[in-house]
Amino acid sequence: MAFGAFQSSAPGGSVAAAAPQVQRKSPVALWLLLPGILYLILFFVTPLFSLVLTSFQESVPGGFIGEYQTAFRFENYVEVVSTYFTHIGRSFVYASLATVFALLLGYPLAYVIGVKLRAYPLWQALALVLLIAPFFISFLLRTLAWKQIFSDEGFVVGALKTMQLIPADAYLTGTPFSVVFGLTYMFLPFMALPIYATLEKLDLRYVEAGGDLYANPVTVFRKVTFPLSIPGVISGTLLTFIPATGDYINASRDFLGSTDTAMMGNVIEANFLVLQNFPAAAALSLILMMSILILVSIYVRRSGTDDLL
Amino acid sequence: MRGFGKYLLWVYSGMALVFLMIPIVYTIVFSFNDARRTNIVWRGFTFDNWLDVCNAQDVCSSFGNSLLVAGVSTVLATAMGTAIALALVRYRFRFREATTLLLFLPMATPEVVLGAGLAAQFLQLGVQKGLVTIIIAHTMFCISFVVVTVRARVAVLDGALEEAGRDLYASPNQVFWRVTFPLLIPGIVAAALLSFALSFDDFIITNFNAGPAMTFPRFVYTAAARGIPAEANVIASGVFFCAILLVLIAQVGGAIKRQRLAQVG
Repeated sequence: MAFGAFQSSAPGGSVAAAAPQVQRKSPVALWLLLPGILYLILFFVTPLFSLVLTSFQESVPGGFIGEYQTAFRFENYVEVVSTYFTHIGRSFVYASLATVFALLLGYPLAYVIGVKLRAYPLWQALALVLLIAPFFISFLLRTLAWKQIFSDEGFVVGALKTMQLIPADAYLTGTPFSVVFGLTYMFLPFMALPIYATLEKLDLRYVEAGGDLYANPVTVFRKVTFPLSIPGVISGTLLTFIPATGDYINASRDFLGSTDTAMMGNVIEANFLVLQNFPAAAALSLILMMSILILVSIYVRRSGTDDLL
Repeated sequence: MRGFGKYLLWVYSGMALVFLMIPIVYTIVFSFNDARRTNIVWRGFTFDNWLDVCNAQDVCSSFGNSLLVAGVSTVLATAMGTAIALALVRYRFRFREATTLLLFLPMATPEVVLGAGLAAQFLQLGVQKGLVTIIIAHTMFCISFVVVTVRARVAVLDGALEEAGRDLYASPNQVFWRVTFPLLIPGIVAAALLSFALSFDDFIITNFNAGPAMTFPRFVYTAAARGIPAEANVIASGVFFCAILLVLIAQVGGAIKRQRLAQVG
């Protein structure tokens, strides 16, 4: 299956279970590693240094818009933090909410597909196909579909107004609700797939043993099933939280957001591609990356698994 | 009460699946809309959009660009990633920790940072952005996913098969190409499909490094402001049908085989 990547990125996945293979020392290893590693150094590591360099640049005195020269202008960071403080906070709040909602939706779904449907391989396979189906159709068009469903003339708003659940002048698009909704939708498969991968391998004898020891189903879930699925939950939450924090599609004005919902991604895009304020965009990117790395390492440390790849 | 709880779980996850499907169905249905200019309100059923896909400006050319970019980046990333995966499982070498970190970081970095970083580098080097820079960017973020996918396959490879090859006096080269490589093909194909899907649907990194070049997601993004032509829905739906058909054949075929085995055993 194409999305096996999520299975093996789950710590303690099939990699650990495999029979140990003899690892040799050989110059062949160098030739195998060299092209890919060089490529990543050229196009992943050095761009990060470019980003650092750019983030300290200052504008050329009397130059055009978008003209910058090498400098050590730390004020760039102070400026972007004070200007975009709300956007930074908003990104982390929206992403956290979306992660929680995706977990609440994704875990039961993964459980049903991975455990309950095990006795019916055909149905399990079909449900799995539905779970990965969103990957095969443009995510931009899917997000736009929600925009049109939630539009003021759309069915949902109309129905809610008829039932008088929302006031007549209310709207859904362009609100924090629709952005978090869109993020939750977009990353639900990323949450559910790794959880499915661990639950699918769950040994049901443990669950039976729990029942034999007179634990009620809730206790069995809390003490047996859930702890055993934690590697999947960690992969799923990371695969949701990281891209959601940097996302700028859902929060974009043309999609589910408005200027009041702009996230860090929107600000980075606007500064880089529209305003040509490259230092500000670079500083914001680095702040985003560092905050995510810090949060993720705390999260992974606390959950007790370091082995991620 | 317990019975009701069980029932609730099925309904809840069924609803989650329906939730996932709604925008897909919406996109497909609106590919048949007699939309004329803006494809927002339902104006009646038609096949016209499907019969004349390239009617809307830039839809087909951007789709072609996306296929080209995804194809080239998939080949490059799969080749480099497979080699790394083999090295990681099979060989001992120094800087292993650094290598795994280097492979993990691109996956843990938000796309907007990857995109802005590369764009900053191209800017400093004065590189003209276009299809080539998009391919460079896509290959970069696909490598790690290829490594993860292929590595899982290499790790579960039965070493006894290779040993048998050696016992039969096959040279190391023969063992690799006649035994190891064929066994790895499913993993490599999975990795290539994943790369292709990731590259084909990528927008954020592409947007930073595209310059004037249009890919299909970029086309959709820029068209979103003034209204998406129904032809874009046609392309997306067409791709969806092809992909889902492939997956269905693989998945259902496998499930039927397992079910038969279960019945026989």
